[in-house]
Amino acid sequence: MTYLGEGYTLRSWLSTHDHKRIALLFAISITAFFFIGGAAAAFMRLELATPAGDLVSDDTYNRLFTAHGVIMVWLFLIPSIPNVLGNFLVPMMIGARDLAFPRLNLASWYVYMAGGILVLGALISGGVDTGWTFYTPFSTMFSDSHVVLTLAGVFVLGVSSIMSGLNFIVTVHTLRAPGMTWFRLPLFVWAIYATSIILVLATPVLGMTLTLVAIERVLGVGIFDPALGGDPLLFQHLFWFYSHPAVYIMLLPAMGVASEIIPCFARKRIFSYRFMAYAIIAIAALGFLVWGHHMFVSGQSAYASIVFSLLSFLVAIPSAVKVFNWTATLYKGRITLSAPMLYAWGFVGLFTIGGITGLYLASLALDVHLTDTYFVIAHFHYIMVGGSVMAYLGGIHFWWPKATGRLYPEMWARVSAVLVFVGFNLTFFPQYLLGYQGMPRRYHAYPAEFTLLNVFSSCGAAVLAIGYLLPLVYLTWSLLRGAAAGDNPWRATGLEWQTPSPPPKHNFEDTPVVEAGPYEYEGART
Amino acid sequence: MSAGIAGQFRSRAAEADAARFGLWIFLATEVLFFGPLFMGYVYGRMHLGDAFAAASRHTDVTIGTLNTAVLLTSSFTMAMAAEARRAGARAARGLLAATALLGCAFLALKGFEYHAEWREHLVPGASFAFDAAHARGAEIFYYLYFAMTGVHAVHLTVGIAIVIGFAVRFDRANAGHVEIAGLYWHFVDAIWIFLYPMLYLVGRAG
Ligand code: HEM
Ligand SMILES: [Cu+2]
Repeated sequence: MTYLGEGYTLRSWLSTHDHKRIALLFAISITAFFFIGGAAAAFMRLELATPAGDLVSDDTYNRLFTAHGVIMVWLFLIPSIPNVLGNFLVPMMIGARDLAFPRLNLASWYVYMAGGILVLGALISGGVDTGWTFYTPFSTMFSDSHVVLTLAGVFVLGVSSIMSGLNFIVTVHTLRAPGMTWFRLPLFVWAIYATSIILVLATPVLGMTLTLVAIERVLGVGIFDPALGGDPLLFQHLFWFYSHPAVYIMLLPAMGVASEIIPCFARKRIFSYRFMAYAIIAIAALGFLVWGHHMFVSGQSAYASIVFSLLSFLVAIPSAVKVFNWTATLYKGRITLSAPMLYAWGFVGLFTIGGITGLYLASLALDVHLTDTYFVIAHFHYIMVGGSVMAYLGGIHFWWPKATGRLYPEMWARVSAVLVFVGFNLTFFPQYLLGYQGMPRRYHAYPAEFTLLNVFSSCGAAVLAIGYLLPLVYLTWSLLRGAAAGDNPWRATGLEWQTPSPPPKHNFEDTPVVEAGPYEYEGART
Repeated sequence: MSAGIAGQFRSRAAEADAARFGLWIFLATEVLFFGPLFMGYVYGRMHLGDAFAAASRHTDVTIGTLNTAVLLTSSFTMAMAAEARRAGARAARGLLAATALLGCAFLALKGFEYHAEWREHLVPGASFAFDAAHARGAEIFYYLYFAMTGVHAVHLTVGIAIVIGFAVRFDRANAGHVEIAGLYWHFVDAIWIFLYPMLYLVGRAG
């Protein structure tokens, strides 16, 4: 019997301890939040389609981008790949029957939902206007919106992250099947492992920082408020100590997904496996040392800025290692341009552009010009949306047959991958140009000279929206009507493919014994 | 999960290892959770040193010291309980109860202290009162004082609940469980060892 057939009642789902079912619970809720956050983006792009601020007021616009940012970062990007794909795959990829703490895993979903409801509650009761960064002293002194409720929601979401991260770390350490040595772990597992370490090290700091903001707001005493003897820079340091590594929480899992898809559809071993693993660790470690590049214009000391600038450049090295190794894996491969592969290529391309423009921002002098312009918006959407969301969709398509036992219509899936890629570039590339020309972010109106590029961007957003909605349609269709997938439709290696699709409750009939590395494709010359 | 081991583990030892490892990671996150408070404190000592010293002299050092002693004793009984449980001794039950009792004593003393501070207008907010020269810095000090001791008290309360749970349903608590509860208890204790000098002793010497 498959894990899907272990009971059909709502109750059997809401009380399950099976990591695969919990992954599906996360998938459903995260998708819902994604579209709520997307609706806010749609309103913003609609407003920005004309230079006049005529659709929504400036105040409403502030609330929209905050809602969009908060939802996308904490309810979508951070949990998406780890909690959906990671939950489903990590135990199967290491040959385990479940995560180490199944009840903790279920609890982390409930906590996630509680956090999501608090955030939605804040939105429904009027919204927040601080931006997702909650900068003090605005958030503590001046903002007239539901800051404390939102902070509570984000805090609770952080608790859920910590629970998941802890669970993954312990699982990878203690539940690997016989023969599954550290250097036989699939790179996806490496990525989730490194991500979990970041989750566990960075999230508590965010939690307490947000608590301090809430207390300060309620009691009116200053840790951060300069008028009361506090220091707003302290807030920024603490906030970015979490939030820069958070970018890697979003990105490393995406890199892991690409590293599974690319060798499979190039039918080749991944190029330089060990360096790929080391690069993951290096990125995770360096990620903790660069937060100050968000504060170049904040008034921190010039020496601090110089050091942070140099350290930020260092992150480019392991990132480039990864891009070159994916490219080398493709070289002379027998390539199939399936839907997951298209998404993975999209990921590599967009991540590269986003990463290179990140170097612009890490350069002190340039950043002074580009800070708080649309250049920054374009940069982080390339990294977070182009990177994470692309890889997430690629992963969903790649492992869909494993999770559901069904195939989806390949043609439609390719169409959606292309639409997302084209729509994405049309939306966000003009924003680099806008930012370079000096259009500031977080305004609901702009001078008429910026109109043309903004119209491009808004049209692109419409294309992108179709690209995102399409999979919802054909994947639902596939659930009901899709052809049977068989156990391993892509002829992929990796333990998760050696068990039936969909897998039985405990993943494997017998615990597998591992005798080789993860990417033994018969393939082309290496 | 009372009988046997959870399905995903190959042995009881592996299960115990996982639990212990999980708790260590959890404790690491707890240290980091206190991190911003410590950062805020360091900032205050650097920039508002005089006010912090003055405010610290206002804390009730007698209760603070007494509480330190109570908590250290409780760590001792907890360690004894874990040791006894490993040997299978029934005595462990009494030791767990003693630990919980000492924890409650700590909270009670803390409650007295809070109450006195409330009456002296040392709780930050509208009616905070302190000698004018240091009022602003002292308010920040007391803000940190309540945040730190408050979070600590919440942790201790959780610890007491766990220990009472094990004392009441003793048959459910195997040696591994008690050991892990002990780890948590010692951690809460260790946090206090930092808070005590930071909050009570600054500016008292000389
Ligand atoms: C569907 C296409 C999308 C469009 C059209 C869009 C548009 C926008 C716009 C107009 C802003 C505000 C810029 C400003 O004035 O500061 C923004 C901010 C932001 N977006 Fe998106 N976005 C999209 C998708 C996403 C996705 C999928 C994510 C993450 C998964 C995301 C994450 C963010 C974040 C974190 C912010 C910062 C919010 C803030 O400034 O507080 N966006 N986006
Ligand atoms: Cu950063």
